[in-house]
Amino acid sequence: MYLLFILLFPLLIGSALLIFKPKNAFVLSLAASIIELAATAFVLQQASSNPVSFSAPWLASEGLYFSLYVDGISGVLIGLCALLVPFIIATTANTDRANNSQFQGLMLAMQTALMGAFLAKDAFLFYFFFEASLLPIYFLAAIYGGENKNAITFKFFVYTLFGSLFFLIALVYVYLLTPGPFHSADIEVLYQTAKGLSADQQGYLFAAFFLAFAIKMPVFPFHTWQPDTYTVAPAQGTMLLSGIMLKMGTYGVIRFVLPMFPLGVATWGLTASVLSVIGIIYGSIIAIQQKDAKRLLAYSSFAHVGLMSAGILSGSIEGIQGALYQMLSHGINIIGLFFVIEIIERRTKSREIAQLGGITQFSYPLTVTFVILSLGSVALPLTNGFIGEFLLLKSVFDQNVTLGIIAGITIILGAVYTLRLIQKSMFGNVSRITSDFADLTFAEKAVLIPLSVLVILGGVFPSTVLGFSEPAVQQLIQWFK
Amino acid sequence: MNSIIALSLLGILNLFLGFWLSRKTIQAATLLFLAGSMALTAMDWNHEMLWYGRMFHTTNTSISFSLIIQLAAFMVVSFSKGFGIDEEHTHPAEYYAILLFSVVGAILMVSFDHLIMFFVGLEILSVAMYVLTGSDKRNLRSNEAALKYFLMGSFATGILLFGITLVYGATRSFYLTNIAEVIATTPQASTPVFLSIGVLLIIVGFLFKISAAPFHFWTPDVYEGAPTIFTMFMSTVVKAAGFAALYQMLTGPFGSLYGTWVYPIYYISMLTLLVGNITAVYQQSVKRMLAYSSISHAGYLLITLSSNQASTSSTILYYSLSYTLATIVAFGVVMLVAEYQTGRTEKPENFSSFEGLAKQNPGLAFCFTISLLSLAGIPLTAGFWGKFFVFSDIFNRHVYYPVILAIIMSAIGVYYYFKGIIAIYFKEGDIERIELPALVKFAMWACTLGTLLLGVYPSIVKNLF
Repeated sequence: MYLLFILLFPLLIGSALLIFKPKNAFVLSLAASIIELAATAFVLQQASSNPVSFSAPWLASEGLYFSLYVDGISGVLIGLCALLVPFIIATTANTDRANNSQFQGLMLAMQTALMGAFLAKDAFLFYFFFEASLLPIYFLAAIYGGENKNAITFKFFVYTLFGSLFFLIALVYVYLLTPGPFHSADIEVLYQTAKGLSADQQGYLFAAFFLAFAIKMPVFPFHTWQPDTYTVAPAQGTMLLSGIMLKMGTYGVIRFVLPMFPLGVATWGLTASVLSVIGIIYGSIIAIQQKDAKRLLAYSSFAHVGLMSAGILSGSIEGIQGALYQMLSHGINIIGLFFVIEIIERRTKSREIAQLGGITQFSYPLTVTFVILSLGSVALPLTNGFIGEFLLLKSVFDQNVTLGIIAGITIILGAVYTLRLIQKSMFGNVSRITSDFADLTFAEKAVLIPLSVLVILGGVFPSTVLGFSEPAVQQLIQWFK
Repeated sequence: MNSIIALSLLGILNLFLGFWLSRKTIQAATLLFLAGSMALTAMDWNHEMLWYGRMFHTTNTSISFSLIIQLAAFMVVSFSKGFGIDEEHTHPAEYYAILLFSVVGAILMVSFDHLIMFFVGLEILSVAMYVLTGSDKRNLRSNEAALKYFLMGSFATGILLFGITLVYGATRSFYLTNIAEVIATTPQASTPVFLSIGVLLIIVGFLFKISAAPFHFWTPDVYEGAPTIFTMFMSTVVKAAGFAALYQMLTGPFGSLYGTWVYPIYYISMLTLLVGNITAVYQQSVKRMLAYSSISHAGYLLITLSSNQASTSSTILYYSLSYTLATIVAFGVVMLVAEYQTGRTEKPENFSSFEGLAKQNPGLAFCFTISLLSLAGIPLTAGFWGKFFVFSDIFNRHVYYPVILAIIMSAIGVYYYFKGIIAIYFKEGDIERIELPALVKFAMWACTLGTLLLGVYPSIVKNLF
């Protein structure tokens, strides 16, 4: 029942906001997201000893159940989702979006879709939320987006939808192989069924599943929608996309691809890893050349997710644990960084790196938090990014030394573009547009400082999360062996 | 069964009501009649029975389809704000009566157990549709559409009748059960060739009625030319009845000839998907786009028909219902907006006249969006499950190519349906608030909420039987 609550509560408040359009939407949605966070924390507390689950018949004649559960893996993801949404909502404070009930309502609706995807135990339920999450984010981006938003958001929608359709048919294929007459789409039954498939079948199914997740993450060469969409979406939409939504892709690979198609991974895993690593290098190199700070972060996100994907595909405990930890860290870091860019854009009306400079003279707190978040992003030891990247690189290295070495370059390249961004914007000479830069407001500090603290905490106490997820990962890996 | 008697009598009553009652009252009376006949239909639930010398067969399947047909008619009547533009040239009583008669025909088409009964039902429905298509009698397009529909429809009827004759010649019976028996007991070698020809001719006649490619050429013109309210009726009732009848025909008496009819259906379904979806992309008019989309939906339904699984009838039922709910809203909004835009823009049914609809009409925009999402098959809406059931049926046959084609076509579908969504939400326009009569509002929201409910909880319909 708690699971049903944390799933539906945001949607309930969100649709109330959309229908009744109250004046104080900001307070309501912030309060709702904090209640959601508390409820999720309570659920996670329970799940740390035993997996929590909920099940009700949904389409019983077809063997589909509305079943939700929280184990170590989905726990990390719902924790991430519940943790980030209050921050994302808080970033709208004092803007014209704060009391825009439509905007807030769509964000809360989005939270339900994301929570649903992470909570689902029935594969079709996962698919259902996986797709449904496209609707609120599409409307967020297309209503509140920037230049040329219609074409870009539309491309995003069709592109991701197209990928997931292949996922759907592959899923239906496996589902129909489950013991009849009522079939089942329960994840464990699917694992069991997929075990009996030949290497050939697993290869095709791997391709269909991975395509959907690769587009969502995105992995090279399916990333062409991503930089444009991240750039054009409103800051909060970008945060939702990069902070939480792309994790549906990595989560999908962990939850479905690895345990269901070990033989498929054996055949195609290396190819997919190579593509992921190409994405790391390619994304980093393009990020270095970006003039637009938001676009730079979009490419950096693309590079980071490539490493997660390669680590997961190695199929080792370190890889999956590292990916889970990195999902959490990346979510925290990237929304912090996008918020910094948003703050700069609010004050200077520009995201052109070349036009900025010397902001540290006007806002010391912004510089400090920006540096901490960036260091987390480049994976300096003692920051949260280090733990994840280290585990991921180790797993890739163990799998294939050459690939590991190439992937390792990401740390260097990441440092290049991130430090360049800091240097050009925060330090150096004051430019024309930064000359009257106002210091951070209370609301802005209230977002950036806790996030920075989380970056450090995550780097110092990784075992809280890793210990929480370990049993579930151990269990999952059994299917892969 | 009582419902067809009731509807026929009430239709005649309706004609006379026109002398005394105002337009509004006749509409209310018609709605009342339809509600009553729905209740009568539902009373036969779980009472499987044969009527009229075994010519008419009520089963739970046929009752479900009859209910969908009457529900669609109910919604169409709720949407109608009177027919024609000016008071002088409208004949509401007649139109409502014809509508009721056509519903009788459609019910016969889904409950027949005898080929002549089927033919009578089809003709009642078709002739009523020819008249309604041309009901905007001073509009050239409407007249053209009616004539086109009539000429093409007569041809198809002829072909169908020829097929029935050949089947009769081969089996010496019009009763479905007898035909099935004869076909099953006759050894393969001694089956006359003209039996297969007869079956194929019957299928061709059907494919025309449900507008499958390459027999679809009349559809866009007729759908566009007919008054929108009747396009709504045509695209929902005729289609649902046609598919239910085709299903009953193919799986009942011709079930053992599966090998004969499955390949034509299989290839035609793929052709229909291709033609419907790809042509829809190029349409400027929303109404014409919806016409092509109806062709493409016929393609999806044909796919599930070719799978011939135990679950196929409930898939067709679910798909028809979800398609009906979405189409009624979509055409309803097109009708309302085009009415508003007439005189303001040259082409009131084009995408461009929908621009900026959401600003002043959030409710209308929301309903339109949900219906388009459902037609596109996006989760949360009924259309998603419709597609899902279709795919899972055909997968059970281990046939993959049509599914892959259907998937690609679904993605193309998203493209043209979203053109509508983009126009209403993200383009600038100056549409004022459109006032909706209470009944229209009711019908629109009922269909929209139905679409969402079926999208979240599909088992209420899928598990009916």
